[in-house]
Amino acid sequence: MKGNKATVAAVAIAALMTATVAQAEPVKVGMITTLSGGGAGLGIDARDGFMLAVKQAGNSDLEVVIEDDQQKPDIAVQLADKMIQSEKVDILTGIIWSNLAMAVVPSAIAQDKFYLSVNAAPSQLAGKGCNKNYFSVSYQNDNLHEAAGGYASSQGYSKTFVMAPNYPAGTDSIAGFKRFYYGDISGEVYTKLGQTDYAAEIAQIRASGADSVFFFLPGGMGIAFMKQYAQSGVDIPLIGPAFSLDQGILGAIGDAALGIKNTSNWSKDIDNATNKAFVETFQAEYGRLPSIYASYGFDTANLLLSAMEKADVKDQDAFREALRAADFNSVRGKFIFGANHHPIQDIYVREVVKEGDVLTNKIVGMAIADHVDAYASECTM
Amino acid sequence: MFSLFLEQMLNGFQSGVMLFLMASGLTLVFGVMGLINLAHGSLYMVGAFACAVVAAWTGSFWLGLVASLMAAALAGVLVEILVIRRLYRRDHLDQVLATFALILIFSEGTRWIFGSFPLFLNVPDLLAGTVILPGGAQYPIFRLAIIAAGLLVAAGLFLLIGKTRLGTRIRAGEADREMIAALGINIDRLYTVVFALGAALAGLAGAFVGTTQSVQVGMGEPVLILAFVVIVIGGIGSIKGALIGSILVGFTDTMGRFLLPLALSTVTDASSATSIGSALASMLIYILMALVLFLRPSGLFGAKA
Repeated sequence: MKGNKATVAAVAIAALMTATVAQAEPVKVGMITTLSGGGAGLGIDARDGFMLAVKQAGNSDLEVVIEDDQQKPDIAVQLADKMIQSEKVDILTGIIWSNLAMAVVPSAIAQDKFYLSVNAAPSQLAGKGCNKNYFSVSYQNDNLHEAAGGYASSQGYSKTFVMAPNYPAGTDSIAGFKRFYYGDISGEVYTKLGQTDYAAEIAQIRASGADSVFFFLPGGMGIAFMKQYAQSGVDIPLIGPAFSLDQGILGAIGDAALGIKNTSNWSKDIDNATNKAFVETFQAEYGRLPSIYASYGFDTANLLLSAMEKADVKDQDAFREALRAADFNSVRGKFIFGANHHPIQDIYVREVVKEGDVLTNKIVGMAIADHVDAYASECTM
Repeated sequence: MFSLFLEQMLNGFQSGVMLFLMASGLTLVFGVMGLINLAHGSLYMVGAFACAVVAAWTGSFWLGLVASLMAAALAGVLVEILVIRRLYRRDHLDQVLATFALILIFSEGTRWIFGSFPLFLNVPDLLAGTVILPGGAQYPIFRLAIIAAGLLVAAGLFLLIGKTRLGTRIRAGEADREMIAALGINIDRLYTVVFALGAALAGLAGAFVGTTQSVQVGMGEPVLILAFVVIVIGGIGSIKGALIGSILVGFTDTMGRFLLPLALSTVTDASSATSIGSALASMLIYILMALVLFLRPSGLFGAKA
């Protein structure tokens, strides 16, 4: 009996000691993101959002190593190896593109590192391939497209033309849209990834007799399509996920984007104190409005900081529980992880508006509330 | 159906003419100087950025267009004098390495100056709007203007090469470099002029394309690949080959994207027809290139090797 008490005391002391050690031991985060090339705008926003939260927290125990993946899977893999083996990071984050995520994430989590996604969340990592050390802070890839399908149905559209680039995220996007869309598809087109001229597709849209167009064309592809669509004189309403009409590209599309509906889990006018402060401080720090990618970066850093408050990263089980609790103030308001470590969240419909002479998005309604992704039930961990 | 077909034909023609502006400069430089210039796409980007910046600053697209020509030509002259001049005697691998380095320098330099976010550039009011084609389809006036501008440039280039003293020198330089130098022609200056001309054409293409697409870092590389396909098909060094090759590639690409999924949907279900069709369509121009190379190894109008 006496021995038992002594053991308990010893364990308690040991626990306290590790706890104090834990606070002195810094957490090292490796951020691999796209900072050069055509897709750099997205990575820079995610990085800036992340680093804004880090700066605000002023937590000297957090060290962030940032590297540029140039949007190339092979470079991303090299960087991940370097960060895990020589930098000895505890956590990886930052990848924007799903094909890069698929190249890096499985091997990183197999080496017992945590991975927190600021954007890419391919279906392969949400269903059967889910993992206890993988968390997606942003969404599951299909979410915004599913919401767009739901929105198209709710508007009574019955002949939608759908269009996306011919790569995994593009086919996922169309599949996601169809999952919640109950009308007919009047045309389905897969474009070349990186395509810049959409004259042929616009002619098909015009000839299809569609009553609405759903398009998923992130980055420069969306800019090119939107400008050409406006120039073509076709006036069938467009619906897109937020990626097609995000803050970073609205300025380059110009007034052609006005009035277009898009679905998003974040918007700068979501009414909560954290979001308001985030938009203001981001604008003050970087001189531009934040994008969805910036908001995901900001939330990811705050999630990480909240877990650091509660547990030592070396104690993986405790740290994982702390992450799973998601005990932080999200710019999206409430934030809950589902069973497969992807958020269960509200997805809004936004409309492109002009505030002064700046184009931005405004929430006009709810697309799907408390949305759980389609793969969650397949995940066993 | 007829109007859709007509519209797609025009789209194919327009994308071909656009490609010609890129490919003509590339083939001139390749043919006359024997130089593989991977940085040609960067000059195109310089043109687009110059046009966007000047148009935003002055409010006039036309001033932007002039600026794009001047900026790209100026960049071309600088690059030729500082870098390219040292490469003529080196083999193609050195040229590829050096001009690839130029791509990286131009890209990161542009990012450094203008940031990572795409710039805004729209069509001028004069050319905004659409016209009604026979058959009832609408067609953007700006695309018709691009076709007209491209054909004008093509005519100008043919006159320049065929009828002027400069053209004679260019053709002579292509045929026999040592001899033309021996005849007392300042070959250095000739090369600089040809390079600047090619750069200006790329800049012009960049400004036109920038109004319908996204003005962003890295915009030049996809077009550069197509331009290389064009000059391989047309025959290296031949302006006529570049014109025919561009229009062939433009047609094949546009009509392939339009017709292949349609054709396949008669033999398989709709969703696999669209995905297989679009995958095949994106390969079509390379299949065309392989075919041309098989039948005529030096391209349609290339000099016999």
